[in-house]
Amino acid sequence: MLWHIQISPGPGQPDHEGRRIEREAAELHLPGPWLVSAARGFLIQGDFTQAQIERLASDLFVDSVVESVRVTPCVRAQDGSLTHSGTNQIHVLRQPGVTDPEGESGLNLLRDLGYAVDHCRAIRTYQVDGPSNAMDALVSRVLCNDAVEVAVRGPIPFDRIGLGANYLFQRISVPLSTMNDVELVKFSRDGQLSLSLSEMKAIQAHFAEMGREPTDCELETIAQTWSEHCSHKTLRGVVEFEGKVIDNLLKSTIFQATKTLNLDWLVSVFEDNAGVVSFDHDYDVCFKVETHNHPSAIDPYGGANTGIGGVIRDPMGTGLGAKPIANTDVFCVAPPDTPPELVPPGVLHPKRVLRGVVAGVRDYGNRMGIPTVNGALAVDPAYLANPLVFCGTIGLLPRGKAHKEVAHGDLIVALGGRTGRDGIHGATFSSVDLTSESQGISGGSVQIGNAITEKMVLDVVLQARDRELFRSITDCGAGGFSSAVGEMGANLGAEVDLEKAPLKYQGLNYTEIWISEAQERMVLAVPPEHLEAFQALADAEHVESTVLGRFVDTGRLQLRYEGEVVGDLSMHFLHEERPRVVRQARFTPAPETALDLPERLNYNDDLLAVLANWDVASKEWIVRQYDHEVQGGTIIKPMVGSHEDGPGDASVILPVRGRWRGLAISCALNPRLGSIDPYAMAAGCIDEAIRNCVAVGADPSRIALLDNFCWGNPERPETLGSLVLAAKACHDLALAYQTPFISGKDSLYNEYSHGDVSLAIPPTLLISAMGQVPDVRRCVTMDLKESGNSLYLIGETTDCLAGSIWVQHLGLKGGRVPQVVPEAGRKIFAAVHEAISNGVIRACHDVSDGGLAAAIAEMCMAGRLGASVLLASVPGADRGISESAILFSENPTRFVVEIRPADEPRFREILNSQGVHHWGRVGTVDATPNGHFIVQGHSGQNLIDIGIPQMLSAWRRTLDA
Amino acid sequence: MATPRVLILRAPGTNCNEETAYAWEQAGASCETWHLSRLLADASQISKFQVLTIPGGFSYGDDLGAGRIFATRLGTVLGEEVRKLRDRGGLILGICNGFQVLVRAGLLPENSEIGPVTLTRNDSGHFEDRWTRLAPVPGRSPFLTSAEPLEFPSAHGEGKFLTKSAEDLERLQQAGQIVLRYIDAEGNPTQSFPQNPNGSAGAVAGMCDPTGQILGLMPHPERHVLPYHHPRWTRSELRAEGDGMRLFRSAVASLSE
Repeated sequence: MLWHIQISPGPGQPDHEGRRIEREAAELHLPGPWLVSAARGFLIQGDFTQAQIERLASDLFVDSVVESVRVTPCVRAQDGSLTHSGTNQIHVLRQPGVTDPEGESGLNLLRDLGYAVDHCRAIRTYQVDGPSNAMDALVSRVLCNDAVEVAVRGPIPFDRIGLGANYLFQRISVPLSTMNDVELVKFSRDGQLSLSLSEMKAIQAHFAEMGREPTDCELETIAQTWSEHCSHKTLRGVVEFEGKVIDNLLKSTIFQATKTLNLDWLVSVFEDNAGVVSFDHDYDVCFKVETHNHPSAIDPYGGANTGIGGVIRDPMGTGLGAKPIANTDVFCVAPPDTPPELVPPGVLHPKRVLRGVVAGVRDYGNRMGIPTVNGALAVDPAYLANPLVFCGTIGLLPRGKAHKEVAHGDLIVALGGRTGRDGIHGATFSSVDLTSESQGISGGSVQIGNAITEKMVLDVVLQARDRELFRSITDCGAGGFSSAVGEMGANLGAEVDLEKAPLKYQGLNYTEIWISEAQERMVLAVPPEHLEAFQALADAEHVESTVLGRFVDTGRLQLRYEGEVVGDLSMHFLHEERPRVVRQARFTPAPETALDLPERLNYNDDLLAVLANWDVASKEWIVRQYDHEVQGGTIIKPMVGSHEDGPGDASVILPVRGRWRGLAISCALNPRLGSIDPYAMAAGCIDEAIRNCVAVGADPSRIALLDNFCWGNPERPETLGSLVLAAKACHDLALAYQTPFISGKDSLYNEYSHGDVSLAIPPTLLISAMGQVPDVRRCVTMDLKESGNSLYLIGETTDCLAGSIWVQHLGLKGGRVPQVVPEAGRKIFAAVHEAISNGVIRACHDVSDGGLAAAIAEMCMAGRLGASVLLASVPGADRGISESAILFSENPTRFVVEIRPADEPRFREILNSQGVHHWGRVGTVDATPNGHFIVQGHSGQNLIDIGIPQMLSAWRRTLDA
Repeated sequence: MATPRVLILRAPGTNCNEETAYAWEQAGASCETWHLSRLLADASQISKFQVLTIPGGFSYGDDLGAGRIFATRLGTVLGEEVRKLRDRGGLILGICNGFQVLVRAGLLPENSEIGPVTLTRNDSGHFEDRWTRLAPVPGRSPFLTSAEPLEFPSAHGEGKFLTKSAEDLERLQQAGQIVLRYIDAEGNPTQSFPQNPNGSAGAVAGMCDPTGQILGLMPHPERHVLPYHHPRWTRSELRAEGDGMRLFRSAVASLSE
């Protein structure tokens, strides 16, 4: 018998889910009005009487204080149909084979308690009042995610839970040898392999040499391994740029700088799942940032959820397994107030995207117990169809555990979640443009996360690492087992029995098993003598572990299904014989144009508009949803100041309890400048990420950087040209600042096409920085502390308004591009660090988006203290710069610092001894109640005079404003 | 003075066990952290300990409601042993998810006059992490020995305390079981957001059983152990140590008497 336990909010209790549905329907401009009642529930299949199941429901499933419950038996529909139109009751449940954490938990609990239960599935039920002609739209766009769920209208029409048909083995070989070029291209596209013609021909030739046709599984393996996502064929390929041939752009720029620097604190860079640097005598730390753009465009919640879940597995799979200690997240979206009619077909509204990705990161990161401590939001209309989602994780690794090597005879052990149908074709899917059909064709590439499974896997991995039970580990990310086993065994060889993989449901064929990107799985190389101990440990933690095969020194990747060989590939062919990509690149810099700026007597409104800009405005509504303090090591929180709402430059965590050495984590990106001058953009981002770290107390000689390139289609020479310039800037600045890159990732093809319309993102480079703080007790925050203290500006201000927030607000284009001067920057960083280390700085804030005016305004708001600033005291102000440029120019390498009068001599001494040229005392912290931020112009008038409450109300912009 | 032995019980999804153990150890206790299934295998092992702590996290993903699965296992199998621990003078502490577990397991409020209580979805509808000020009521629970306000971060999505009826809340107050309340800047219990971060009735942040030996609270004392944990430490006078240590030290002192 199948029972439906339906659990609704009790009388007088809020229906959060119902309200959320109504709000989303309104935001999507579905014809309304809608009135929705939502219920959660479970379908339980087992031998129960009505009384028994009611008892179970009230004991185990319902909160009797706030919920009410109804239990009904399900009856098979006479006509066999799933949907009765005309009723307004809608049930939604997961498709067979798709992760259903609540259902699985319910099943496990019931069985543990001794009940004979066949199945337990979570189900949501909605009672909907609204226009019947828009009901289908509501179901498909709000209530149900077709990619992974199924909706049923009317009474539940089945009396048992179907699990799909069993799979009947059939080996499929592909007649590649007879295909001509057109057929090869068509086959690649139809199969979503994303292989180019030259790649298809190389594969054809390889199999012709072996005298046989490939199997579908072999083709998929090659496609995954050769995908842009996994092999970075553009950045590692040949680029012809300005008459020169660049052989492997990554190696000749970003890696090269790290290699040249050759710093003794680098442990493992660009070779593992995350870059590793040394931290103290006992520990190393590692950091990785990934993107999950394409899945998040289609399913923001699921995409971001599995984005953070995936990047957490990177440190877990680095060396012999690092413990994740902090997460970061950065989102790029179109303006949340974009009119719905401007949103193209197949594209979700940016407000929906932003809400979804925030919730996705929240629910996974919080459940994992990893503090999310740093992030950013960048808003630009060009992200409309291609929102970007960056997630990062820092891990802590005992010294001596950073390297691994698989040995002949080691067992291939899968640990964690079961393999399901979710996430087929993610790796190749993320290597193509999105189209208006994307939501239709790529449903399978959406993955479902279950954070608790990953937490359980983590608990096993760390214990097994400390007991030295395995020799190597990596995560199952893009490409699933195919990539994980293929990479681990690349220098050796592997044999895998695919039928051994535990499945969520039995309908998967051997290729699906091999390439499924089902989440929460790790692959380990376990020496046979440790298998028993390893599996006992996993059992004790209730985590499934399965031997899939073994690593063998054959140089081949052999795949079997029930004893029959379904794949037999040369590791060398797979990893070394991909035809190299040759691409053209060029870049035509836009001519510098003069800006025709308004000269005003007062810039109050301009400042308020800058503060309300999406990039500048408070992110508190996001930050508070994340647990940024779990693990008890967050010493400088993301939000700082007297009311804990000021925008900190970087967070600081204590990786090791009982010690004072800390890590500062920051980031920077600037798509506004990316479209104007990619070199200056990249240099500026590196400078900003470093100064964010330095501003809280990080040692500038211990800062490691990560790059994440998100670009459009690199097959367009102009697009690739701007990427080449950004990579060159990374090389140059890393050398100049001695801040090595330790890891990175690129995501290309961030374009959308629909008919003739093509929309590419602005060149977007995220720089993430991990700086080491010698003693966190010396850290400073950016909020103004005490009235009567002096404010200093360090760094040169010039008239460089190109790409600035203010110019964007004015709707203007042009102006000079701000350039980094590393020779001066190095000295500034050293001076600020020395001053912080000596305790002479009370507050420190970097000058970035919105310029000097925004920086001081933020310091005032954070400390609820006013400030008086004299424009003429700004270093460089005497060189004919306009007042507006001084206020809003976004020159790099500048800090505003607050100094107690008694510390001023010492502070000046430090600046002089470090050889800093550009600095000046620009004002004071004021004592006036409810403080005002005042800037006096050259002629004595107040260019800015705003009270803190007014600034706060502009700056505290939420999604609904 | 003997060192109290603390058992920290973890389940799949528990994620505050390490910092909770650290806080106990800083207060002078010795800690062991066990997987729930280890204790289920032999529940009498609990007799080796003087304190049982259920730390924060998302046990079993909170898949059937916050703390529900942990509580079901704890309640059906261990309830008796936990009460024995209390009856012989031991202490039981549930923080955040641990508080939810104690409530769902029927170990709180443990008062036959009162119907079930719950911790349900925050008024905001989602998880929030923010610092809260709390007024402790000393005298009942060995964990709370001073009326001096405490500042701890609250970090949860389901922390809104509700009773079945207003009378039940009144009875709990009368019984002296409401020992921690969210307060505003003036020190008064408050229903206003964000000082009361979730909309809890009676501004309840934590409660104890009639003996005071079982304490559950939503905010996290183990996250305010160092003075540098405080969100405003860079701008105000530094405390000697975090407020959370008062709670752990009081408990250790009471057991060492």
